Amino acid sequence: MREDSVVGTGWVRHGGRKFSDYLVFNTDHKVIGIQYLALAFFFFILGGLLAGLIRAQLAVPDGQVITGSTYNLTLTLHGTLMIFLWIIPAFTGAGNYVVPLMIGANDMAFPRLNALSFWLLIPGGLLLIASFAAGGAESGWTAYPPLSATAPLGQTLWAAALQFIGFSTIFGAINFIVTIFNLRTPSMKLTQMPLLAWAILATSLIIVLGTPVLSGALLLLIFQRVLGAQFFTPAGGGNPLLWQNLFWFYSHPAVYIMILPGFGIISEVLPIFSRKPIFGYKLIAFSSMAIAVFGFLVWAHHMFTSGMDPFLRVPFMVTSMIIAVPTGVKIFSWLATIWAGKLRFTTSMMFGLSFISMFVIGGLSGIFLASVPIDIHVQDTYFVVAHLHYVLFGGSVMALFAGLYLWYPKITGRMLRERLGQLHFWLTFMGFNLTFLPQHIAGLEGMPRRVYTYAPEFWIWNLLSSLGAFLMAIAVLPFLYNALRSLAAGKVAGPNPWRAFGLEWTLSSPPPVHNFPAPPVVEGDPYGYGERPVPGVSDHKAQVAA
Amino acid sequence: MSEATSTITVHERSASTTGLDTLKLGMWLFLATEVMLFSAMIAGFMDMRGRSPADAHHVLNIPLTAVNTFILICSSLTVALSVASIEQGNQKRLRNFLLLTFLFGGTFLGIQIFEYRHLITGGELAPWSSLFGAGFFAVTGLHGFHVFIGLIWCILTIIKATRGRFSAQNFEQVEIFGLYWHFVDVVWIILFTLIYLL
Repeated sequence: MREDSVVGTGWVRHGGRKFSDYLVFNTDHKVIGIQYLALAFFFFILGGLLAGLIRAQLAVPDGQVITGSTYNLTLTLHGTLMIFLWIIPAFTGAGNYVVPLMIGANDMAFPRLNALSFWLLIPGGLLLIASFAAGGAESGWTAYPPLSATAPLGQTLWAAALQFIGFSTIFGAINFIVTIFNLRTPSMKLTQMPLLAWAILATSLIIVLGTPVLSGALLLLIFQRVLGAQFFTPAGGGNPLLWQNLFWFYSHPAVYIMILPGFGIISEVLPIFSRKPIFGYKLIAFSSMAIAVFGFLVWAHHMFTSGMDPFLRVPFMVTSMIIAVPTGVKIFSWLATIWAGKLRFTTSMMFGLSFISMFVIGGLSGIFLASVPIDIHVQDTYFVVAHLHYVLFGGSVMALFAGLYLWYPKITGRMLRERLGQLHFWLTFMGFNLTFLPQHIAGLEGMPRRVYTYAPEFWIWNLLSSLGAFLMAIAVLPFLYNALRSLAAGKVAGPNPWRAFGLEWTLSSPPPVHNFPAPPVVEGDPYGYGERPVPGVSDHKAQVAA
Repeated sequence: MSEATSTITVHERSASTTGLDTLKLGMWLFLATEVMLFSAMIAGFMDMRGRSPADAHHVLNIPLTAVNTFILICSSLTVALSVASIEQGNQKRLRNFLLLTFLFGGTFLGIQIFEYRHLITGGELAPWSSLFGAGFFAVTGLHGFHVFIGLIWCILTIIKATRGRFSAQNFEQVEIFGLYWHFVDVVWIILFTLIYLL
């Protein structure tokens, strides 16, 4: 039963050895993880090109690159792609590949459901692209009515696309939770789980409780658009705030869906490259859970200017600020982790460290925005755009790259070229800050978001932004070259190139089709760097360094 | 949910680390997502209802739907009896109770379609005619869709039962189907109360 070979030959297979194994309905979590990552990266490029179009249009006041309507379509598709088909599936893919290995499982709990989750993204992606082609999806990724209720066909396709993607996410989350609880190797206690597994668990709980609410809201929207129901249109007596409430009930927790796995990845990267145990393991694990719970109590902070009961704004302001506490717990735990460590500034570590600093900037502007008086002032300005990109790019995407550089050797068996990695990092880091730092200022000076043109006094900030975006686009090239070339030409990695703890590093790179021949036995702290020898690393010097 | 004998499921289903049954845990989580989905839909309905005239639901046929509700509750009883039957290894009773479940469920859906037809063609209520109608058809329609999926699942379970796939030791899939069916019934009782009775 357990021979190390690919099972099945047709359209249904288990395991990946040949390239064609990755193009079919494959039930191996490692193959599915790679499928997710590859597809998500494709959409990252596509979403990035759309961002380039936006920045080209905004490089000068009164830009003539695209029309206002096309601009709206572009920003809608950019936001929707980056959130639903890049960050979320990329984390799902990384989790799919790594989490079963980390917890000593041979696969996910429901392998076929896992494959289905991935393949549901394909109709979702195609429908999204069709929505762009059909025109009409111009209301941004938040799709506020009445515009989204009255816009042409494309908006319906957009809603249908998100239904597919929502199902994909929900099935994936159920799979993760059951896997983490039931397929964990018996000797691993919950408190010995790697923090990425904790983070994925918290994320999955948010998805289980949050994403169906988006499905419901989208169903109502489709009902309105197809059957002429008047849920969201004031003209028919409906309530546009109903959409906002349902949408943000999901979509605020969704920002934690997009950042908690990043927290998990950082909690793996920092101890490995600091050669120190993680500081505050339990605090980091439980603060993920706290964020998952509190994340459901803050949604109306997106609606401070939407005409909600002024008194209700106060409790939502308070709960939103409370979220900063468990997040701060993590930040300080990470700082204490690297404190006085033997830091190794690998590309993965560079992305990890930049994650902390960039995320802190985004987090602090988040506390600004949670405060009602400031929010009323800067709502729907570029300050919000700057904030969300510091969290989602400076946070989530930096963490994703930190994870990719960390696990690429495990996934492919080859090392990435470090110099190209550093080039990728520095170009990304500089391009990112050049793009989004000026947007804080433009926003505070009153430049509204989601408008295809702007007053001349904002020109300098926009020019800087557009230059930065160009730099970020260039930054992808060394990464792509590096990732593709190293597949064949990279140095052979061996099982544990980073001398890391963690069950995934006890297996060959790439791991055998069915992972562990027997349930692995776990002992001690999962991050016991400097406290006990790293298993499998025999080199004496390496052990001393470890 | 799926056949355990597929050729591609090569890794043995290992014993669960928590002791919780893997398939059941997955199903309970799925039902949690369903609870959230229906909560969102019910919130939408209640909002629309609050914006409608107080007597908006007077066009609904309450006695007929009360009978329909009773029929659906009967199907919950028969699904519970089918699980109890196979627990004792009684294949024939399992099959019969599943068939009864299908009949009750099918009757429920039939009456619901009859009610829809009557309301829409009679010009009394439609999704586009009023806010109450919008909420009514969205939320009962989603429930009816769940009954429909349940009926398909029921047929598949009956086919497996007829082929003797289940035994006193192996009836988890019947239980999983039962969980779903009970959930759909419970949702209906809530909907009946909120839409028809209040």
